[in-house]
Amino acid sequence: MEHPNLAAIRNLIARHKRWDAAFAVFGLLCLMIGVLTFVSLFTEMAVNGAARLDWDFFTNYPSRRASQAGILSAWVGSTLVMLVTAVVAVPLGVASAVYLEEYAPKNWMTDIIEINITNLAGVPSIVYGLLALGLFVYQFGLGQSILSAGLTLALLILPVVIVATREAMRSIPQHIREGAYALGATQWQTVKDHLLPYSSPGILTGVIIGMARAIGETAPIITIGALTFIAFLPPSPVSADPPYLSFEWLMSPFTVMPIQMFNWTSRPEAAFQSNAAAAGFVLVFMTLAMNGLAIWLRYRLRKNIKW
Amino acid sequence: MLTPAVLVRPATHTDAETPATKAEAKDLSFYYGGFQALKNISMILHEKKVTALIGPSGCGKSTFLRCFNRMHDLYPGNRYEGEIRFHPDDTNLLGRDVDPIEVRMRISMVFQKPNPFPKSIFENVAYGLRVRGLRSRRAIEEKVEQALRRAALWDEAKDRLQDLAFNLSGGQQQRLCIARALATDPEILLFDEPTSALDPIATTSIEELIHNLKDKVTILIVTHNMQQAARVSDYTAYMYLGELVEFGVTDEIFIKPRKKETEDYITGRFG
Repeated sequence: MEHPNLAAIRNLIARHKRWDAAFAVFGLLCLMIGVLTFVSLFTEMAVNGAARLDWDFFTNYPSRRASQAGILSAWVGSTLVMLVTAVVAVPLGVASAVYLEEYAPKNWMTDIIEINITNLAGVPSIVYGLLALGLFVYQFGLGQSILSAGLTLALLILPVVIVATREAMRSIPQHIREGAYALGATQWQTVKDHLLPYSSPGILTGVIIGMARAIGETAPIITIGALTFIAFLPPSPVSADPPYLSFEWLMSPFTVMPIQMFNWTSRPEAAFQSNAAAAGFVLVFMTLAMNGLAIWLRYRLRKNIKW
Repeated sequence: MLTPAVLVRPATHTDAETPATKAEAKDLSFYYGGFQALKNISMILHEKKVTALIGPSGCGKSTFLRCFNRMHDLYPGNRYEGEIRFHPDDTNLLGRDVDPIEVRMRISMVFQKPNPFPKSIFENVAYGLRVRGLRSRRAIEEKVEQALRRAALWDEAKDRLQDLAFNLSGGQQQRLCIARALATDPEILLFDEPTSALDPIATTSIEELIHNLKDKVTILIVTHNMQQAARVSDYTAYMYLGELVEFGVTDEIFIKPRKKETEDYITGRFG
């Protein structure tokens, strides 16, 4: 027995559903603009640079002859700068976030600090470069060194690390804290035995995403005076003779991947453009690899934690 | 109209010996900022007895319970007035000179929702011992086993001590939290509606456990379930709007309450 209005209702639903279909198409188009742009950029870099992507490219210094130029000093420089960045930004950022989240009294002072930290994440990176030039390079006399660059990028990603750590700590339910305190734990015991371990997936993700941003930064590194052409490596951090560890490399001049790329793209010869494309491919690959690592770590570490 | 809460000693208690006093709240008031949540409560916790706090939600029973381990100190703006005398040493638990951590080391708590740490079963129970600086592996293992046995979880957990606590069922998790609270030999065990998140079977096992534990430890339990209070407790306190309306031996409270309000609540005419 058919309801008299059933046909009308079906008609109405069909008409409404047309909007569903329309939006699905529109949304897909919008998404494709982003995805296709990236894919075509990445593919073009890969195609243009493919010829140059061989072992020698990674083990050669830059050269006036495009075919012999490589990115050895650039990737070593990037790696060392990232190392300094991580070593500085992680403890500073995590400690600040723990203090703000667990220890600091909630008053207008901490509110202002909180707002400022969020704003710092939006400060253009060149401003950090100018600050670092005045402070690290000249005031502290660190020169145009790996140390200066690492400290600069550490400042740059510090807000990211702080915000990520705070978010991660906030997502820990209050009853876990109360459980620890109820057993007689002090604030520090609660932080070190519970809050830090349980928020480590979030902290790690934040740190790696910050680092992925830092590895591509060019402006602040140029501002503090990284060299654009460098045909030697910093002194090795490890040696065969006592004391085995050396920190001379911290004060060494350097270059990094994006600067090497920038240098090549500004050359008139077409051959250098392939070098730039190849270097860009490597840089994007490094960034994607770091993001992939972040996702994997978060997945691995979060497996044991569910609230 | 509510009459001001008065200390009602279980004078009509028929047992020859009155149990010793473990703790005594004296004129205890508590404020969340400007809001007074507890009004001049005076009440005794008898040693190695179960005392139940009943009353409609929002009456302050959890607030009262959380005074005993100074949980309120974790949040700014909270204020106590009056005292809780803790025996045998007659310490005022709420005293400014008394460290809340010291209080929590002597008085353990089990929460409404099972809240095991995302660690192994073993580490959950061992945590209180580690906080107290116990290092010896043997001693920790012994204590963990003892606590799990007392919480009636040993048989189910002994072969999976390194498993994550989250892999246990809800009732097992709550027993794990009880084991965790017991491992440090507390003088008082606080239960804040420990079965409200559990199914009836798990609830029964927790109630049995509470019943068996009272030989060893003084228990204060908040429950919104009157049958539960009647089943597990020796003494019952009925609270309403932050006041202690009536306190006495459980049987008397349930069979012939002295106050009309208590009777209305217990018979379900109110709340």
